[in-house]
Amino acid sequence: MSATGFLSQLLQLVVALLLAPLLLGWVNQCRAWLQNKRAPSLLLPYWTIRKLFHKDAVVADNASGLFRVTPYVVFAAMALAAAIVPSLATDLGTAFGSIGARREMFVGFLAEPALLMVLFTASLISGATLLPTIVETLAHRDIAIYPSLAFAGVAFTMVSLAENARIPVDNPATHLELTMIHEAMILEYSARHLALIEWASALKLFNYSCIGLALFLPFGIAKGSSDWGAILVAVPVLIGKLAVGGFALALIETLFAKMRIFRAPEFLGTAFLLAVLAMLVNLLLGS
Amino acid sequence: MSAVPFWAQLINLFAAVLLLLAFAMLAQRRVLTLIDLFAAQGFALACSTAIVAYATRQPHLFWSAGLTLVLKVILLPWLLHRLIRQLDVRWDVEGLINIPTTMLIGIVLVVFAFNLALPIAQLASTVTRATLGIAMASVMLSFLMMITRRKAIPQVIGFLSMENGLFFAATSATYGMPMVVELGIALDVLVAMLILGVFFFQIREQFDSLDLKHLEKLKEHE
Repeated sequence: MSATGFLSQLLQLVVALLLAPLLLGWVNQCRAWLQNKRAPSLLLPYWTIRKLFHKDAVVADNASGLFRVTPYVVFAAMALAAAIVPSLATDLGTAFGSIGARREMFVGFLAEPALLMVLFTASLISGATLLPTIVETLAHRDIAIYPSLAFAGVAFTMVSLAENARIPVDNPATHLELTMIHEAMILEYSARHLALIEWASALKLFNYSCIGLALFLPFGIAKGSSDWGAILVAVPVLIGKLAVGGFALALIETLFAKMRIFRAPEFLGTAFLLAVLAMLVNLLLGS
Repeated sequence: MSAVPFWAQLINLFAAVLLLLAFAMLAQRRVLTLIDLFAAQGFALACSTAIVAYATRQPHLFWSAGLTLVLKVILLPWLLHRLIRQLDVRWDVEGLINIPTTMLIGIVLVVFAFNLALPIAQLASTVTRATLGIAMASVMLSFLMMITRRKAIPQVIGFLSMENGLFFAATSATYGMPMVVELGIALDVLVAMLILGVFFFQIREQFDSLDLKHLEKLKEHE
C-alpha cells in the first residue's frame, strides 16, 4: 500500500473514532426531542468517556486477567471494524453479567444468518464479494427499482437494531434486570474499562450505519482511497447521511416499544425471511 | 440493466410486494390486520394489472384491473369486516404450527415454486413471464395459510388470497383470461364469500365457535 493510501486509511480510522460518540449523542438528542424531553448535550458521550477515564477502576476480587483485558480487545476489534465478540462477562460468576452475555450471544447468533443473506444479496446484484467493489458497482449503476435491495435494506436495518442493542430488541437506557441485554453484560465494568466499552459500542453503531448507508444509499461516496479531493467531498456527505440516519433511528426508538426477549427470535426470523426473499426475488427477476 | 424498461421494473416491484404481503398474511396473528393485508394485496394486484395493460396495450386488462380494485380492495374487505362485526369475533388467530416454523416452511415453498415455474415461464412468450414464479409462490403460501389456520375466517381469507395468486399467474403468463372467464371468476368469488358468510353463522349456531376442529367429529357425542 502506498504512503497516501495508508494515510487515508489512518484518517478514516481517526474520523470514525472521533465521530462515533457524536453519532450516539445525536441519536440521544433526537430521541429526547421526539419524546418532548429536554435534550442532553450533543457532546455528552464525549464527557462521559472523559469522566470515566479519570476515575479509578474497581474490579471485583475474583475477576481474572481476562476481565481486565476484554475492554481493550473489544475496543481494538471495533477500531479495526470487526464484529463485536460477546465479551467475557460470564467471567465474574455474577448472575447479571452471565445473563447479559448469554442474551447477547443469543441475539448475535440469530442475527448472523440474516446479515449473511443481506450481504449475499448485495454481492449477487453487483457480482462481487468485496465490499468496496459492491459499493462501487451499486453507486455507479443506472437508476432502477430494485425490490430485492429494498428488502435487503429493511432486513439490514432490523439486524443492526438487534446487533446494536437498540429499542425493539434491547433498550440502551434501561437498567431493569429483567429486560436489559447489553447493559447487563457491562454492568460490572467501571472507569476506563467502561469508557472503552462505551466507546466501542458507539463505534459499532457508527460502523453499522456506515456499512448500511454505503450499501443502500451509496451516492457521494469516495472512490478508492487515495483521491484526497473525493474524500474531502465524501466526509460532509457522510456526516449529512449519518445525521439523517441517526434521526431515523431515534424515530424508530420512539415509535416502537421494546419487545419481550422471547419475541426477539421472531423479529430476527422476519429479518432473515426478508433477506432470503430479497435473494430469491433477485435470482428470479434479476432486479 | 438499463435494458429493462421502467414499467417492467414497476411490475417486478409489485410482484415482490405481492410476495411480501403473502408472507405478512402468513405471519399475522390478528384477524382485522389480516383483512387489511388482504386488501393491500388486492391493491398491489390491481396496480400491476393496470401497468401490464398500459404497457401491452390490452384494453380488457384495464377492466380486470378495475374489477379487482372494486371487488378485492373495497367490496370483499368490507364484507369481511361486516361479518366480523356481526359475529363479534376479534380474537387473535391461533395457528396449528408456530409462526417462525410456518415462515421457514414458506421459504421452502417459495424455492419450490420458483424452480417449478422456471421451465414453464420459458415456454410463455409474455414480457412478464418472470413473475410467474412469484404468482405460484403466492398460491402456495395461501395454501399453507389455509392449512395452518384453525379458525374459519382466516381460512376463507387464505382462499381469497389464493385467487389473487391465480389471477396474477394468469396475467403474467397469458396477459389475462378472456373477459367472460374473468367476470365468471369474480362472481364466483363474490358468491362464495356470501355463502361462506352464511356458513359461518350456521357453524357458530351449531358449535358456539368458529373453530373448524369441531367439524372433524362425525358423531354428536363421543
